[in-house]
Order: sequence, then structure tokens, then C-alpha cells
Amino acid sequence: MSAKEEMLTLNLKIWRQEDRNDKGRFVDYKMEGVSTDSSFLEMIDMLNDELVKEGKDPVSFDHDCREGICGSCAMMVNGQAHGPNALTTTCQLHMRSFTDGDTIVIEPWRSRAFPVLKDLKTDRSAFDKIIAAGGYISVNTGNAQDANNLPVSKENADLAMDAASCIGCGACVAACPNASAMLFTSAKISQLAQFPQGQVEAAERASNMVREMDELGFGNCTNHAECEAACPKGIDLRNIAHMNREFLKAKVKGK
Amino acid sequence: MPSHNYFTYSIGKKQITAVTGLGLVGFTATHLAGNLLILVGADAFNAYGHALVSNPLIYLAEAILLGMFVLHIAMAATLTAQNIAARGRRYYIKNRSGRGETIASMTMPYTGTILLVFIILHLINFKYGAHYETTVDGVVMRDLFRLVVEYFANPLYVAWYVFSMIALGLHTGHGLQSSLQTWGLNHPKYTPKVKMVSVAYGVLVALGYSGLAIYCYFLN
Ligand code: HEM
Ligand code: SF4
Ligand code: FES
Repeated sequence: MSAKEEMLTLNLKIWRQEDRNDKGRFVDYKMEGVSTDSSFLEMIDMLNDELVKEGKDPVSFDHDCREGICGSCAMMVNGQAHGPNALTTTCQLHMRSFTDGDTIVIEPWRSRAFPVLKDLKTDRSAFDKIIAAGGYISVNTGNAQDANNLPVSKENADLAMDAASCIGCGACVAACPNASAMLFTSAKISQLAQFPQGQVEAAERASNMVREMDELGFGNCTNHAECEAACPKGIDLRNIAHMNREFLKAKVKGK
Repeated sequence: MPSHNYFTYSIGKKQITAVTGLGLVGFTATHLAGNLLILVGADAFNAYGHALVSNPLIYLAEAILLGMFVLHIAMAATLTAQNIAARGRRYYIKNRSGRGETIASMTMPYTGTILLVFIILHLINFKYGAHYETTVDGVVMRDLFRLVVEYFANPLYVAWYVFSMIALGLHTGHGLQSSLQTWGLNHPKYTPKVKMVSVAYGVLVALGYSGLAIYCYFLN
């Protein structure tokens, strides 16, 4: 069972920035009585309660589901996207991963394509734009056709399911030394390319989504694999290889 | 309307970098195989060099090689500049996961730049270096063996050469497997083996070239 609850005293170093144009700076906060049973976001909630009581501006950060499915809780914790643990989002990180007296540095994602809006909040609409550029399929309306009309192999179904588990959190971009969005983009391209239904637009999709990704100012993958290591959903680098093949096919077809 | 020019896409540039890189990896291996004739002796090495330069196809081969270098450097430099710009503001602290970046992958732009300087000096020192003559089996030809052995009499030159070959080993050790991924080849069973082969290639190339330089030093 879980270890006994302890109370931690922590030194937080948090990035504060008024708005897009503000230069921004780190501010130090001392926190006492943080339970090892609380989550990382609850710890920031505690800090914000204190700040509000003191009449100060609370730390802005994105969060929604708090169970690892929405992809909102973007932040660098001690230089790692979503903190030190593998396959977890920040909301799934618990204070038992830290020890008494620790200094914790909290920073927003840093990418030219994800501008900081305030404190830890970034504008990640760039991801939506990449999806809008090609992350769809054309289907006939009317009655659903018989499922056996379009057989999908178990292998393709599994690969599509794995790719579809991407929650669009942006940890891949944050962790990549080149701020590349290729793991995210490849998950979206690969997911649809696994199915017969995804073939109609396959070439345009690969070409247009890669073009959009480039134009938004993301970097270029140099195959470090930091994205894969940081991804809370374990999205595999094989997706990037698949995207590279899809892109090549599109160019050969002149799309 | 989006342009359909392959070179204007990130992945297009990456694939050009990768295919030219692979070509250079092949060149590196054949060049090393040729150099190993130094171990056989002066005549064997000189005769090989002579055979190469007397073949009219050498001009075509050199043009292709130069083209690969120029494309590789132009694409890699563009990609690297974009990558630096893409981060924007740097992190205050950034920790590696330990499961991604390696020394070789992190240093690709640096090892590449070292290689560029190395190649320029290498051409100046050898290809366009002193022109000694020797006769092998009655044929007058360039005595490259003497030039090489004299060059490596200077331990500083040996040190610079070994340093550059470590850079080459690192660059190709990451580059070989990376270029296959860039061309879409990734397989759960074979990719781990490809990575091992890639590192082994880097180590062998670094050891092979450095070993020959040290051997030449001791011939003096
Ligand atoms: C002459 C100066 C050189 C420079 C400035 C240079 C620079 C670079 C850079 C910055 C990269 C990373 C780009 C990327 O991965 O997308 C790269 C990749 C690579 N380089 Fe070089 N390089 C040079 C020479 C060489 C040589 C001599 C070889 C082979 C013997 C080589 C083989 C490769 C390979 C195979 C890759 C991997 C491509 C990929 O990741 O898909 N390079 N180079
Ligand atoms: S690939 Fe992984 S890290 Fe990147 S956005 Fe999707 S879930 Fe997040
Ligand atoms: S808050 Fe939804 S994933 Fe963390």
C-alpha cells in the first residue's frame, strides 16, 4: 500500500508573466504543510488560496479533467514536461514524488508556436490548426454500413487505437530539443492512415498537416526520442516513421 | 495554395539530409577500406590512389560527392536554424529523460561543423598537398603514401585527426539509424538491431581512421 502521509516544506520557483508581452520572471514561494497524498495541482491550488488571501494574483495554469485525459495541465516541473514520472500528466503527479525541503522549478512550455498567455498558461491552438488542416475523413451519410464491409486488421486497429490515445497535451513539443510537433502530428496522421476510410484524403492530409505544422513555427525532428520519453500516453516514434512514409507517398503522387 | 515543392517541407529537407547523409556514410566506409591498404604497403596504397584518379569516372564520382555534401550541409543548416528559432525563449532548466537524447544526437550540428572544417583541411593537406612522385611497376604516379606518413609525423596533426574522427564516429553513429527513421523505416523487431549496427559503424569508423593515423605516426 501507499507510504504513510508526510508533510513537506517546499521552495517553489514559479514563472510569472502578466501577458504575452510581459518579459516574465521567476518568483519564489515557500510552501509548508504540503501532504504527500496531495496531487501536484492541489499543491498549486493551496498556494493560490494563500495568494488570494493575501490579495495577490494567483498563479494561472490550465487544468480540467485532473485525471490524465484532457491534456490541459501543461507545465515543466524541474525541467521535465509534466514532471519526473514516465507516462503521467502533471495532474497525475503526486507530491509523494518529492522530498521535504525540495526546490521545485515550474515553467510554462517553451515553444515559439505556443506563446505564453499568462504565467504557466500557453496558447496551444496551434495543435487545433494542425488538426483542422487534415485530421478528418469524408464519409457518406445515411445508414451505417455493415461493419464487415470494410475489414480492418487487428494490427491496424491496435496501431490506430494507440495513436488515437494522444491527448494533444504538447509535452512532446515541450520536451523536444527542437520544439518539434512531429510526434503529435504523426499520431494524428497515422491514426487515420490505418483505416480504409482514411485513405481517400491520405495524401492531401499528410501534405497539408505537415505544411501547417511547418508554418506554425514548430521545429524539425532530429530523432532524439525525447518526445516519446515525455509523452504521457506512450505515443511511439513509429508514428513519425509512418508520417514520413505517408508524406513521401503524397509527394510521389504530386499532392 | 500550398507549394508542392518537396524541399520546402520540413520532412522533405529531413529526407534530403538523410539520403545524402547515407551516401556520405557509404563514402566514409569505402574511403576507409581504401586507406586500409596503407597496412599492406606503400606500393599497394599508391597504386590504388592512382587507379582512382586515372579512371575518367572519378570526375562524375567527385561531382556526386560534392553535390551530396552541399545538399547535406545546406539542408542540415536550415533545419538547425529553424530548430533554434522554434524554441524561442530557452528553459531555465531542462532535464533530459535519459531515454531519449544521447551525446551523439545532441551534438549533431557541432560534430557536423567539425567535419566541415576537417574536410576542407583534409583536401588542402592531401588532395592539394605536396606532389611527390614514385614508380610502381614501371608506372610513374603520385606518392601519397609518403605525403600521408610525413603529415602524421606531427603529433598535433594526429591529435586533430583523432578528434575529428571521434566527431565522425558520433555523427554517423546517430546519423545512420536516424536516416532510416527519417525515410520511414521503423520496425519493432529490427529497429533496435539497426541502432546497434549504427553505433557499431560509428565506433569502427572512428577506430579505423584514427588507428591508421597513429600507425602512420609510428612509421616515422
Ligand atoms: C561536412 C559537414 C557536415 C555537416 C555540417 C553536417 C551536419 C549535419 C546535421 C546538423 C545533421 C542533423 C540534421 C538532422 O538530423 O535532421 C546531420 C545529419 C546527418 N549527417 Fe551530417 N553533416 C556533415 C557531414 C556528414 C558526413 C561526412 C556524414 C557521413 C559520413 C554525415 C552523415 C549524416 C547522417 C547519416 C545524418 C542523419 C540524417 C537524419 O537524421 O535523418 N554528415 N548532419
Ligand atoms: S503525442 Fe503524447 S506528448 Fe504529444 S501531444 Fe500527444 S499525448 Fe501529448
Ligand atoms: S488536467 Fe486533464 S490531463 Fe491533466
